[in-house]
Amino acid sequence: MPDTSINLGLAHASDRLLVWAVVAYALAMLGYAAEFAFERRSKRAVSSRAGTIAIGLTVLGWALHIGSVTTRGLSVHRVPWGNMYEFSSMVSLVAVTVFLVLLTRQQVRFLGLFVMAPVVLYLGLAGTVLYANAGPLVPALNSYWIKIHVVAAITASGAFMVSGVLTVLYLLKSRWERRTLSLGPGAAAAVEVGTPPTEEIPGSRRGGLLAWLPDSARLDRLAYGVVSFAFPIWTFAIIAGAIWAEQAWSRAWGWDPKETWSLITWLAYAAYLHARATAGWRGHRAAVLSLIGFGCLMVDYYVVNTVITGLHSYAGIS
Amino acid sequence: MTDLAETAQTAQPLDDTTALSTQPAPPQQPARGIARTVRYGWRRLTSMRTALLLLSLLALGAIPGTLLPQRGLNPVKVDDFLAAHPHLGPLLDKMSLFDVFAAPWFAAIYLLLFISLIGCLVPRIRLHARALRRRPPLAPRHLLRLTQSVQWDTADGATGVAARCRDLLSSQRWRADVHPEADGVVTVAAEKGYLRETGNLVFHVSLVVLLAGIALGGLFGYKGTVLVVQGQAFANVRSSYDIFQPSRLYSDSSLAPFSFRLQKFTAAYQPDGTPENFDAQVRYESHPGATPSTSHVRVNHPLHAAGANVYLVGHGYALHIQVRDPHGRLVYDNATPFLPDTSMFASHGVVKVPDGLPHQLGLTGFFYPTYVATAGGPDSSYPAPRDPVLLLAAWRGDLGLDKSAQSVYSLPVASLAHIGNAELSPGESWRLPDGSRVSFVGVDQWATFQVAHDPGKKLMLAAAVFIVAGLLLSLRVRRRRIWIRARPAGDGENPGRTVVEAAGLARSDSERFAAEFADLVQRFGAPTSAPPEED
Repeated sequence: MPDTSINLGLAHASDRLLVWAVVAYALAMLGYAAEFAFERRSKRAVSSRAGTIAIGLTVLGWALHIGSVTTRGLSVHRVPWGNMYEFSSMVSLVAVTVFLVLLTRQQVRFLGLFVMAPVVLYLGLAGTVLYANAGPLVPALNSYWIKIHVVAAITASGAFMVSGVLTVLYLLKSRWERRTLSLGPGAAAAVEVGTPPTEEIPGSRRGGLLAWLPDSARLDRLAYGVVSFAFPIWTFAIIAGAIWAEQAWSRAWGWDPKETWSLITWLAYAAYLHARATAGWRGHRAAVLSLIGFGCLMVDYYVVNTVITGLHSYAGIS
Repeated sequence: MTDLAETAQTAQPLDDTTALSTQPAPPQQPARGIARTVRYGWRRLTSMRTALLLLSLLALGAIPGTLLPQRGLNPVKVDDFLAAHPHLGPLLDKMSLFDVFAAPWFAAIYLLLFISLIGCLVPRIRLHARALRRRPPLAPRHLLRLTQSVQWDTADGATGVAARCRDLLSSQRWRADVHPEADGVVTVAAEKGYLRETGNLVFHVSLVVLLAGIALGGLFGYKGTVLVVQGQAFANVRSSYDIFQPSRLYSDSSLAPFSFRLQKFTAAYQPDGTPENFDAQVRYESHPGATPSTSHVRVNHPLHAAGANVYLVGHGYALHIQVRDPHGRLVYDNATPFLPDTSMFASHGVVKVPDGLPHQLGLTGFFYPTYVATAGGPDSSYPAPRDPVLLLAAWRGDLGLDKSAQSVYSLPVASLAHIGNAELSPGESWRLPDGSRVSFVGVDQWATFQVAHDPGKKLMLAAAVFIVAGLLLSLRVRRRRIWIRARPAGDGENPGRTVVEAAGLARSDSERFAAEFADLVQRFGAPTSAPPEED
């Protein structure tokens, strides 16, 4: 028999840590915004200090977030991803982790603002609407597969979240590039050369935030890189889910709404990967497919868990 | 595969060939009529655009299957929907929208997708097999035109430089060749990352194998559900099942002759009544006469019987009820399964006593494991039997057992005479007006088991492993080429020295290749240059 007593002190500590993590993330978001704002007013020193502080706050929020997840797990003597609240918290933690890992490899500080915004939203939603009190797992979830299948699903979801952000930025930027190009042949080139742009370039004021972003080709490569990391993990999550389903429900695949939407998500991202290698589909259209994939993932998560009844009804929302 | 030399000369990085790109085949001899149409149709079907279209169609087609109730998942909901939408319902039904995943149009989409896939896999495999045997392509004429290129000079001879570069590349598992050219020029051509395409092909072939595994299970497997009361036994023959779903090509001979007895069923609940743990202890025999062994069947923990898996899928209470005639003779003595209606296991059930009494007797009962009286009537407040109460109603008349098949859980009360009600706790009995006696002896448990045999399972698992492995290779490995040309210095250069040019080309992830290239040429002996351009 597993130990079913709940350590309420730890559970409260977990909730409190999450609140502080959200505060740190929100402040980091402000920092990233400030970095951009001061950059535009060409106060370089202030701007880069704001950026550094923002990263510091992100790392602080990340540490608090890890603390929250760990204490939650300790308070209930199980993995901390047994209901929708806990799952959301983990997905955002992965998204922040992916961002931080990217940051150690490449200059992607521009992403900070755009990753923090959905993370804060996600956690806000998790902490209010989706919140579930600490408690033990239902028997259906009591299997070592929860460590394999769900971790894979969380990791892929968190990474898809980052790729979704990158894809939106790519679409905005490439549209901006085409517009700027139509203004005059020199404008876009001039802006691109000067990333980060300076006040001497006339085009930069027009584009504001968009001018400040890296060029669309790089955004596209980054987005692709993150999807090509997440897609095999998502594939593995579906397969691990099928193996678990075979043990728990006597069949590997039963077209349960969750299974079906995971497959739809998979197909959309598969279409994206194919489109990226097909003439006439690369760029814009491929990016739209990637966003459709992310939309399907959101349906798979929010709509299937709350609206459609199926076998994956572990949301824990009452 | 694109012409290598040409690609090199245009100095364009090759595409991320992450998927099976199916370039239209080179124009063939003009054929006439049908042959031409067929060939054209086939080329269209196996094109990447068609694959994209079919992938999207498959995704779109699956959506109604998650929004509308499905017969395969919940037939009752489908009936409810049809009753609620008398006009729309039949129309949707005609389009198989309540059986989306068994619908002919859905099958058409995925079969076309797989035909298209096989159609482009076969030529791709042939091409790749040839590419695996081929040597790296010769160096293009103007190496320095490539984006990744560098030039330096050295005192070593051209042949020596080339040999050293080749050895270095070979030691890092590059496929590398040395080609002597005219005027003492020596070139090295090297290539790496063939595993990308191998992984790509393995991934797609495994998808086809996965489909074959699914088909195997769908054609030869079986599935059945059976309710077993604690203490009773089940033998794996078709007639033992309450529900049996054979596949198309199933034959009774695929039923392995195992049996088991449900020795003990235990359920544990949290204080609020949510389930915590179920355990069915069974005594299992792999075939008649085999040494029995004890196992535990739990949620997430099936019994791996010979040739099939046994899953615990449900449980409930079986009430031990006895009926005696006015002389005290036992006419009914059974643990009668009651079906749960609520999560707290308020259950209903029926007892039928057709023989042994002057008239046929029927009992309808409601059982509450933890009885509470609420404003809405009696109910159960906890799923475990803390205060079990059985409410019985007795009926007299013709039970109609010989007329038509009827459920063991229902009684045609409309045609029967009501002769009394009683509320019983375990151990209590109730005397009916005619002097016969009904006793509630005790509470037993039952469990439902699903037995499933899927012969395609192992194939599917193997395919799944290769799907992930192939995918990882095709997305992680980068195909890349490097050329080195060493030539004796010409006029206007340092006499007596060797001029070395090196260039590289990557199919994808040019940033990482830039770093790799810079590192390699440094080992070749190039002076440490400016760091590769920051992206």
